[in-house]
Amino acid sequence: MQGLKRTFRAAVASAALSLTALSAGAAEPVRIGEINSYTGLPAFTIPYRQGWELAVEEINDKGGVLGGRMLEVISRDDAGKPDDAVRVANELVSNEKVDILAGTYFSHIGLAVSDYALRSKKVFVAAEPLTDAITWDKGNRYTFRLRPSTYMQAAMLVDRAAALPAKRWATVAPNYEYGQSAVAVFKQLLKAKRPDVEFVGEQWPAQGKIDAGSTVQALAASQPEAIFNVTFGPDLAKFVREGTTRGVFDGVSVVSLLTGEPEYLDPLKGEAPDGWIVTGYPWDQIDTPAHKAFLDAYQARFKDYPRLGSIVGYTTFKAIAAAVDKAGSTDSEKVADAFKGLKVESPFGGIEFRAIDHQATMGAYVGSIAVKDGKGAMTDWAYSDGADYLPSDEVVLKRRPQ
Amino acid sequence: MGFYVVQCLSGLAQASSLFLVAAGLSIIFGVTRIVNFAHGSFYMVGAYIAVTLAERWAGGFGFWGAVAIAAFGTGLLGVVLEMLVLRRLYRSPELFQLLATFGVVLIVQDAALAIWGPEDLLGPRAPGLEGVVRILGRPFPKYELLLIALGPLVLGLLWLLFNRTRWGTLVRAATQDREMTAALGINQTWLFTSVLFLGSLLAGLGGALQIPREAVNLHMDINIVVEAFVVVVVGGMGSVGGAFLAAVLIGQLQAFGILIFPQITLVIVFLFMAVVLVVRPHGLLGRPQALARAAGNQQEPLLRPATPAGRLVGAALLAVLALLPALAGDYALTVLTEILILTLFAASLHFIMGPGGMISFGHAAYFGLGAYGAGLLVKHFAAGMLPGLVAAPLLAAGGALLFGWFCVRLSGVYLAMLTLAFAQITWSVAFQWQAVTGGDNGILGVWPDGWASPRWVFYYLTLACCAGGVLMLRRIIFSPFGYALRAGRDSPLRADAVGIDVRRIQWLAFTLAGTFAGLGGGLYAYAKGSVFPNLMAIPRSVDALVMVLLGGVQTLTGPVVGAAVFHTLNTEMVRHTEYWRLLLGVSIIVLVLVFPMGIAGAFRRRERAA
Amino acid sequence: MTVLEVKGLTKAFGGVHAVNGVSFSVAAGELLALVGPNGAGKTTCFNMLNGQIPPDAGDITLNGASLRGKSPRHVWRLGVGRTFQITATFGSMTVLENIQTVLLSHHRRLFDFWGRAARRHIAEGMALLERVGMASQADRPCAVLAYGDLKRVELAMALASDPRLLLMDEPTAGMAPRERIELMALTAELVREKNIAVLFTEHDMDVVFAHADRIIVLNRGELIASGTPAEVRADAQVQEVYLGSGAMFGHGPEGSP
Repeated sequence: MQGLKRTFRAAVASAALSLTALSAGAAEPVRIGEINSYTGLPAFTIPYRQGWELAVEEINDKGGVLGGRMLEVISRDDAGKPDDAVRVANELVSNEKVDILAGTYFSHIGLAVSDYALRSKKVFVAAEPLTDAITWDKGNRYTFRLRPSTYMQAAMLVDRAAALPAKRWATVAPNYEYGQSAVAVFKQLLKAKRPDVEFVGEQWPAQGKIDAGSTVQALAASQPEAIFNVTFGPDLAKFVREGTTRGVFDGVSVVSLLTGEPEYLDPLKGEAPDGWIVTGYPWDQIDTPAHKAFLDAYQARFKDYPRLGSIVGYTTFKAIAAAVDKAGSTDSEKVADAFKGLKVESPFGGIEFRAIDHQATMGAYVGSIAVKDGKGAMTDWAYSDGADYLPSDEVVLKRRPQ
Repeated sequence: MGFYVVQCLSGLAQASSLFLVAAGLSIIFGVTRIVNFAHGSFYMVGAYIAVTLAERWAGGFGFWGAVAIAAFGTGLLGVVLEMLVLRRLYRSPELFQLLATFGVVLIVQDAALAIWGPEDLLGPRAPGLEGVVRILGRPFPKYELLLIALGPLVLGLLWLLFNRTRWGTLVRAATQDREMTAALGINQTWLFTSVLFLGSLLAGLGGALQIPREAVNLHMDINIVVEAFVVVVVGGMGSVGGAFLAAVLIGQLQAFGILIFPQITLVIVFLFMAVVLVVRPHGLLGRPQALARAAGNQQEPLLRPATPAGRLVGAALLAVLALLPALAGDYALTVLTEILILTLFAASLHFIMGPGGMISFGHAAYFGLGAYGAGLLVKHFAAGMLPGLVAAPLLAAGGALLFGWFCVRLSGVYLAMLTLAFAQITWSVAFQWQAVTGGDNGILGVWPDGWASPRWVFYYLTLACCAGGVLMLRRIIFSPFGYALRAGRDSPLRADAVGIDVRRIQWLAFTLAGTFAGLGGGLYAYAKGSVFPNLMAIPRSVDALVMVLLGGVQTLTGPVVGAAVFHTLNTEMVRHTEYWRLLLGVSIIVLVLVFPMGIAGAFRRRERAA
Repeated sequence: MTVLEVKGLTKAFGGVHAVNGVSFSVAAGELLALVGPNGAGKTTCFNMLNGQIPPDAGDITLNGASLRGKSPRHVWRLGVGRTFQITATFGSMTVLENIQTVLLSHHRRLFDFWGRAARRHIAEGMALLERVGMASQADRPCAVLAYGDLKRVELAMALASDPRLLLMDEPTAGMAPRERIELMALTAELVREKNIAVLFTEHDMDVVFAHADRIIVLNRGELIASGTPAEVRADAQVQEVYLGSGAMFGHGPEGSP
């Protein structure tokens, strides 16, 4: 009944705060409405929540924002449905009077909330959705996105893919927008760098329902020298097991999106696919001071190690605090303006919310997977700064409605 | 050549996994006539128990011991479900037990999260079967060979059980004629309990045997249950051999389908089911269902127009609804608007389920088509709201007209599953036809025109459309057409013999229901500002079913009460606890046990008794 | 005046002739009984007449219009009413509503989506119920009626469309002996009054001999005798068939085609 307790705590806190507000007048909290798929995707969203809880505690311990106003977060589950998310967003805005909206994991839910944000003129910080549309085709004045988009992450992998000798490529991706755009971007960018490659096979398993034996066999039939994989979660585990058992990956290079993120890598334990080139988050190997500070605080607070979701949740709320301080107000127009070109320190280093398309330049770590001590870890990794993997301004301006 | 053999074997391994789950479902349905949504949950629980135990004990015995204990334990869970809940519901209207099993699905989802945590659990491989064998030069996993062998083995064991034991004879008798078995003085209660044990055990076994193939995760329940239903229905309800045949065909179709057309993964199973049901209305090896309704399991009550007192209550309710914008806040109005829309949606489903006697598992298709009718106009023609609200019911009507023609040729659960197939096909079109529908990223910016954008204006618009729609449906039920529809449900034989073209009447009713659902969908699109394929996905259809059954399918106020209760519970619980699924599931089961005829059904009976 | 004329009616199932070259006719106001042992082809014959199965050969005419190959709905529209061996009524409606539904169909008002069905054809419906002695139970649900009462309701439903011919499949099956006599007496009275032709099958020979004007006897798909009750009773072949089968004028309910 952690949730009940949390709600209760929030209620007590807000009651206490409104009392102080009466006496002190100015210390009214800054309210942030947070929406995510807590029941739909707990493996990602629970670390994410711990991340933002840590950020909020840190911010409030240092005296909050705007010279003494606390951050108060009202968090809701979207049940994995965009229409529920819109209702919840409405509840947060009209009942809870939140100043800013944040969160969401799934792309379509992110898009639904961003459209609501546009209509209700509230700033929305899309934490996790990956779809390019949220900052480009469907971008709007009030929506900002933290995570590197599908385009950016695919582009990061293309760098390494182009260096491989392989010429015959096959792709496997979940059969929805994320998988489709990842494959499309990867194909386009790799072709540009390596006109000699050809794509000889593709598989589109239904998300969550991969028929792994048939799929790996079908991929192998096209005799690829390299495979680009976009599946993740339970599909990935099945795909890796079937492929490894059948020797499909022997002598084949695999380039894989997100597989190095602890959320997806750790469940594979000792069966993590050796040698795959992946994007991810080697949390135990990054020794920058910024990350070290975050890691120590996180582990002290939760007795657990951070996942990528933790970074996303943490940085999202740090960014919100920075934007509010920069704006000097919680007024939506001012905050939206403040977010444009906002520079924030994240555990990954300095990032910027680009003025041109509201995309943050947060990057990802790209490396290879190696199995050590019975579990997978990233080796030979390097941080790819998101700023380096975005298309030219002309391309962006063409795609983003002005 | 070797490639095709191995691809075929991969398909067979998949088929065996599917068959184990489907066989249990088929047996449970055959005997108890319960549409058991919780079957997938048992599959998931079996997998979780197995992975937990197998991790703890190493070695060959450990693995197989874990699988056996998981299967047995899951069987016991089935027994608990039967004894605590289902047993009290056998006298309820058709399909009512489905509600309880839906509650179980919700509870198990939260319980599994609480017990096993959010992270996927990768279990050990089967000892001694980790490697591959070479078949015509191609590697093939040994474990999959074992799975291929297990399918026919289980089929054989079940055959022996049904044909060589007294218990099996009873089960077969009950499958064919439940009332007769009861009349013969056989202890039906224990028969049902044991059938739930066997069925759930098979589900648990199916789940446990998956641990060497996949990481056990919290989505396994939903991912398997629909496919298991497809296998059962394609095979013929209650026919275990049919389920086996269907599983093999589906496994092969998937294995080879993706070679020719890799993008077909989302829809292939449902296309196959639609084709089979259109050609063979009782599945591959099924027989016409015994008419549970005619057998007097439940008596359809009279439908009466509202009494003067009833009209007064209705008018008062409308008056209150009309006054609410003065009192309620912005958010409350949003929720009320949604309740009104869902009421129309539920009432439209009730129209075909109650008076029409046609169960639909795919009613969301028409709700979604309505939403897309509005959304597509906005996206492609930048049209305003009023044309959108005209297009919504029209597009839905078109879809219902087309699909209804096929559906009304079937009956019972077969009809229900055909509606599901069509809904899934529609869904996959919306999901994959990126250029037109925007794919899974949907259509944004579907907001009301300026004059209707204040919440209270849109609320009144919705109130007018939905109250009007519900009253119109009610009026139709008491019209000559409504009588003809009910006549076709009560006695198709007699209806046909007095000149009523039952299929044509049902087809029209199906289209009407789709039209009103479409109007609801159109309003919903403008209420939300966006349209996504999930509006026509299975959970939405299930929601509608839950609302109708919860309210009481045999009454006219049922869908209204059901929609209001269900949506209020849902939205309030989500706001107040992260364990809302658990609470919602428990609430549904409590409601089901307290009101075994539905909420409105219970009140009507009390009124009669008074 | 001949209402129904059947000529050379033939139907085979898998090479076995269930009905073979059967010819007979029924006149207005006449009650014709169709009898025969189990498996004689009575039900097949009936189902061809009411349109449920198409004949392989032969002709069926109603007042000169062919019924051959027409659907049950069509056959009904042309003036053929029916009752079933096991009563078939609309359980979720009252007795009167059952009749009203038939009347609505008869008057082709089923595609009216707006009117109040319960207010239509009340007088006509009540008159019919009056005639079968069910007026006092008009507002009771059909689902709760006694079996004998249901039979009466069915009779009223069959008569509601003003048929020229009434097909009654085992009209007294499942009833107590006293009720049987009453129901058949009522039927006979009504059809004579309305000048309707009746063809009925029946296994209770008391009922047959008491009420049939004429009797035709089927055996193994062929017509073996036809005539007044007295003639049929005296027919040697009929006696042989029934005696030979050891089931003289009284056997279990019809089951096979």
